[in-house]
Amino acid sequence: MPDQLLYAIEAGLNGLMAGVLYSLVALGFVLIFKASGIFNYAQGVLALFAALTLVGFQNGQIPFAHLINAVFGTDLHEFGWHLPAIVAIVLTGAVMVGLAIIIERYVLKHLVNQAPIILFMATIGMAYFLEGLGDIMWGADIKKLDVGLPQGINETIDTVTFNALGYGFFIDNLDIVASVVAALLVISLTIFSQYSKQGRALRAVADDHQAALSVGISLRFIWVLVWSIAGFVALVAGIMWGSKSGVQFSLSLIALKALPVLMLGGFTSIPGAIVGGLIIGMGEKLFEFFVGPMIGGATENWFAYALALLFLVFRPQGLFGEKIIERV
Amino acid sequence: MFYREAGDFKTSYADDSQTFPIRFDRLRYYAVIAVAFGVIPFFINDYWANAVFVPFLIYAIAALGLNILTGYCGQVSLGTGGFMAVGAYAVYKLMTAFPEVSILIHVLLAGGITAVVGVLFGLPSLRIKGFYLAVATLAAQFFLVWLFNKVPWFYNYSASGQISAPERTVLGHAVTGASTTAPAKYLFCLIILFALAWLARNLTRGTVGRKWMAIRDMDIAAEIIGVNPLTTKLSAFAISSFYIGVAGALFFSVYLGAVEVGEAFGIQKSFLILFMIIIGGLGSIFGSFAGAAFLVLLPVLLKNILVGHLGWATDLAAHVELMIVGALIVIFLIAEPHGMAQLWRLAKEKLRLWPFPH
Repeated sequence: MPDQLLYAIEAGLNGLMAGVLYSLVALGFVLIFKASGIFNYAQGVLALFAALTLVGFQNGQIPFAHLINAVFGTDLHEFGWHLPAIVAIVLTGAVMVGLAIIIERYVLKHLVNQAPIILFMATIGMAYFLEGLGDIMWGADIKKLDVGLPQGINETIDTVTFNALGYGFFIDNLDIVASVVAALLVISLTIFSQYSKQGRALRAVADDHQAALSVGISLRFIWVLVWSIAGFVALVAGIMWGSKSGVQFSLSLIALKALPVLMLGGFTSIPGAIVGGLIIGMGEKLFEFFVGPMIGGATENWFAYALALLFLVFRPQGLFGEKIIERV
Repeated sequence: MFYREAGDFKTSYADDSQTFPIRFDRLRYYAVIAVAFGVIPFFINDYWANAVFVPFLIYAIAALGLNILTGYCGQVSLGTGGFMAVGAYAVYKLMTAFPEVSILIHVLLAGGITAVVGVLFGLPSLRIKGFYLAVATLAAQFFLVWLFNKVPWFYNYSASGQISAPERTVLGHAVTGASTTAPAKYLFCLIILFALAWLARNLTRGTVGRKWMAIRDMDIAAEIIGVNPLTTKLSAFAISSFYIGVAGALFFSVYLGAVEVGEAFGIQKSFLILFMIIIGGLGSIFGSFAGAAFLVLLPVLLKNILVGHLGWATDLAAHVELMIVGALIVIFLIAEPHGMAQLWRLAKEKLRLWPFPH
């Protein structure tokens, strides 16, 4: 095979892997949108916050050390212990559930029946708040996240492809792990929403709030549940992205990358989020590979949006979204 | 006691449909104009101009523009930063290409160019609605910023990739460049804002504005009663982009002087201006001003308190500021989803009966 084609295949494969990570974030969006009709801009910041908290727990950082030092003139930094990754992950999960309860009690409860744009704005406000909170709690410096996931080039694929094609593909182990985790996550979420009692309640709420209320489903509990799940998905996304590129502010920007994924797949479809992520991930890598050099590179910044825009003009509800029916 | 219509008799149709039908309100409006034009220019110094007044005036123009699109016509846009960048780069290219033409004309032309770009990115709004459209406008935001970064023609092949405004004068006073004075900058922005706000107020209560509001409230119903969605939506995009382009041109040439596109016109700017109109009040001219004033003053105030008085490190203060802004937005949305404009309306109702409310 010609080299150019091999390089393109490699870029495409890497794009697919990156797409899986986009899908992970998009999944959190879809869950919340389905259950409460809220377009949750804070999903990316949730991932950042989860990753920061995880690193903080692992390294035994004292929360709010910077603030406490500034106010009381002390010099606190660390507890001086290192938690094992699994304990830190469980603790972070608990924090995310606590966060879901707080968000439900102090924000969402008061915004029932508001226009979607108001709710969207509220989540942007929450995103700002969480971003500031995360930085104050754990410090704004770039942190290294290591929960023991394998990293670096996958030797097996390298060798096998080298022997078969004469060119070794560079595939990161972490990306493979991320794909497996994403697949497991989607399967377990689907099973949860199809077969468990709470999952059915969740789908009922998504279908019709009032009808769900009238058959005795607690809306507030469902919202806490769904935000907890979104927090958990954010934690997984935070771990994957954090291991890949360090825990830093730019982590919250992946939320913006997840938006075109959502548009492509449709706001209400879990498979749509996955397929959309794969298309966007592969599309932007291939576009950068073939067209990028001609027009100056760094096309990844906008390609996803342009692609989604093009798609929407022909299919306004996205690939898998429910058909939009408008009545007067 | 205040804002009473008693004794204020209307004898003509024009009287009845004026912007400020209550005499007290009208006088207050004239008083504000008089102070803005006649008093502040004599007392303004560089700190106040650069930290408070000039950014407030420019953001108010941008907020007016976005409010026309989002508040009046109901099309949510997250591309404001990108459109401001179009205005900035258009005015830069015009200033350097035609140095003998007045800066005022350049600023208005830059607005016009932005309007064309705005219409282009507004075209999908005919197919896409709601959040899908909001995300689609992000395409404009990221594409435009990328474009101005990558194509050297836009920044005249300068080595740093930055654009910086050369000196231009209006009536002999420098308004851009290094040797500007605070009153000149302030008055230049104020005059443009005054004209644009007057225009916006009169557009929104006329035929055009009513069409926008019909589309906002229910587009299908509006279409059935004869409002053309194509011209209505695109005119909202054009006029809104004109305002935002003018704001971007002023932001670059008068306020900052030199900009790097990703920093000055990034996605954060889009959100900032969206916050202004949400906090100020969607679909309200006064709300655009109030929101802009609030979000310009708040960081200055917080910085003065946290860094100046408490002596905290600047990065810590910046994080606390983020939290406070975020919390305030949420609190505002919970307490008064219609923004400061609604609070002002309620205050007027209260003042009318004050001090004997029963």
